[in-house]
Amino acid sequence: MIRLAGILIGLVFTFVVLLAFVVGAYTAATEGMGEETAEHAFHLDPEHVEFAHDGLFPSWDLQQLQRGYQVYKEVCSACHSMNHVAFRNLEELGYTEEEVKAEAASWVVPGIDPDTGENSTRPGLPTDYFPSPYPNDVAAAAANNNAIPPDLSLMTKARHHGPAYVYSLLTGYQEPSAELAEEFPDSLPGPGLYHNPYFANLNLAMAPPLTADGQVTYADGTDASIDQMAQDVAAFLTWTAEPSLVDRKRTGWPVMGFLLFATILAWLAKKQIWAGLKPRKD
Amino acid sequence: MSFPWAKQYEPTNPVMKFMDEKLPLPRLVYNAVGAGYPVPRNLSYMWNFGVLAGFCLVLQIVTGVVLAMHYAANSGVAFDSIEHIMRDVNWGWAIRYAHANGASAFFAVIYLHIFRGFYYSSYKAPREMIWLLGVVIYLLMMATGFMGYVLPWGQMSFWGAKVITGLFGAIPVVGEPLQVWLLGGYAPDNAALNRFFSLHFMLPFVIAGVVILHIWALHIPGSSNPTGVEVKSESDTVPFHPYYTAKDGFGLGVFLLIYCAFLFFMPNALGHPDNYIPANPLSTPAHIVPEWYYWPFYAILRAFTFDFILPAKLWGVLAMFAAILVWFFLPWLDKSPVRSGNYRPLFRKFFWVLVADMALLFYLGGAPAEEPYVMISQIATAYYFLHFLVILPLLSSFERPDPLPFSITEAVLGSDDKAALKDGAGSAA
Repeated sequence: MIRLAGILIGLVFTFVVLLAFVVGAYTAATEGMGEETAEHAFHLDPEHVEFAHDGLFPSWDLQQLQRGYQVYKEVCSACHSMNHVAFRNLEELGYTEEEVKAEAASWVVPGIDPDTGENSTRPGLPTDYFPSPYPNDVAAAAANNNAIPPDLSLMTKARHHGPAYVYSLLTGYQEPSAELAEEFPDSLPGPGLYHNPYFANLNLAMAPPLTADGQVTYADGTDASIDQMAQDVAAFLTWTAEPSLVDRKRTGWPVMGFLLFATILAWLAKKQIWAGLKPRKD
Repeated sequence: MSFPWAKQYEPTNPVMKFMDEKLPLPRLVYNAVGAGYPVPRNLSYMWNFGVLAGFCLVLQIVTGVVLAMHYAANSGVAFDSIEHIMRDVNWGWAIRYAHANGASAFFAVIYLHIFRGFYYSSYKAPREMIWLLGVVIYLLMMATGFMGYVLPWGQMSFWGAKVITGLFGAIPVVGEPLQVWLLGGYAPDNAALNRFFSLHFMLPFVIAGVVILHIWALHIPGSSNPTGVEVKSESDTVPFHPYYTAKDGFGLGVFLLIYCAFLFFMPNALGHPDNYIPANPLSTPAHIVPEWYYWPFYAILRAFTFDFILPAKLWGVLAMFAAILVWFFLPWLDKSPVRSGNYRPLFRKFFWVLVADMALLFYLGGAPAEEPYVMISQIATAYYFLHFLVILPLLSSFERPDPLPFSITEAVLGSDDKAALKDGAGSAA
């Protein structure tokens, strides 16, 4: 009885799903498999970039992270917040406590006037988090052609191939190709938009932020080419997204070593215990 | 409850004697996973996954309780509290990644455990109750895992919650009020997040309870084995301890190596980047996908695209639930008296087709809902239902099983003295 009911139910589901298949296949045969889209044809995967923190034996390139921080501070922070990172975290980039205090004080953060209780501003302290450039999302949208600049703290974890994506996006601005203009005129950037093949829908509201070599004057004297600045800020944003990344992988090795040793011991123990059993037992 | 040759617990230490008289907990452990539990001597490594699943449950409860000490279940601060755990809590990143990857490990282990059950027909008499309880555990795990993924309150958390609770909206008449009641609102918000946290904390203990019943039910007929031939005599079994404690210990080591490789070197490989974007009800992600362990059923849900009498969405929901509920009926759908796939040549072929079919559904559930993925998932879904509801019930009528060994001992050693006796009796008659 159960088997009969089962067979009937099974045939019903099979029939309905195959009916959907036939309808889908008929549509595909008569109307094609859906239109080719500009995103599909012209979107590019991020370029490969190498960083010191890549791979199984990583380390932070502190010089690079400091340069990346400088790019964030002087370029990105005009529009993008970084609200999961505090000034005190900068000590991990190799700055001393005094340097961090001075750095924090060079930022203006929201505060309350101690005499009147009115909203005001004050110099930052190491315990403060990086301030947002806009008081709220409405102000952010109003200042940026209705596109709210996303928070950058987690950016490299919030996109596929994070650091490579950030680097490629920053260096990938270009004029739309002639083929794109010919095949998908609707996908050309509208007013206030910029073409970038590394962006999901090819057009983004962010104007090219890195426009000229030497836009930032690096404290360590490194030549600030656009490529260099993009790599540095991508490295910096990898750190902001996961400050524990290097610690994590370095912790992993002793753990794996211990487990490997324990597993080998467990294997030998298992072998020894079962050895007495393998030949005839009786 | 056990075989007559099972070793008896005989404490010599006065403290243990005292314990045994007042509360025989050591005796319970001795008979459950100690020398007092005789187990078939021929279990393969496919029999490791029950112990590993139990380990994963404990791991999830321990890491989860610690996370709950630092997490705040409020839609305004949930996302930030996760980042607080990742950045400011001592070893917080390790605990959170251990929990997130622990969920994946738990499901990976459970899928292997379930497919072991399919191949060796572990659901057949006298083990139906073990199987039924196992399916209950799996359903509870799915609910727990789903609610856990909502807690970080990222984009996939929010939109996953919206899509999955939206499934209830497909139920005729009561669907919409039911969905509003479940969410505590018209869309996922603080009310939903708060109750999901409460349930996510509570359900693992329900799972632990059902696991106890699962193991209790297991100890009545005893463990199955790769031949599917029941235990006949003492030479067919070995005591669980030390034989299988040692074998499980090695299995646990291998499991931990793989698990820690994910935890320390690619902790986000199984997650979705969009969940590092805070939940935003105004911005829909390009592709909403659940966690990888739901993909086969998500593919089945999306395969129904044609309104045939009922709306396509309702067909999808019915099929998705039916795809799991059908497992409850396996003991009565599969009538072949032979348990092990090792002795069922035809069944074995279909089993591997099912494995390939499930692998395909896994892939398709994570793929975008476009052609040709939808058409392939329709064929794969059709096979899924045909396999369990049509092929399996009919197979035993056509199939000619291979000869079974007389006993486990004969399968392991090549001969069994008692088998010779039986053959002699047979030829005399």
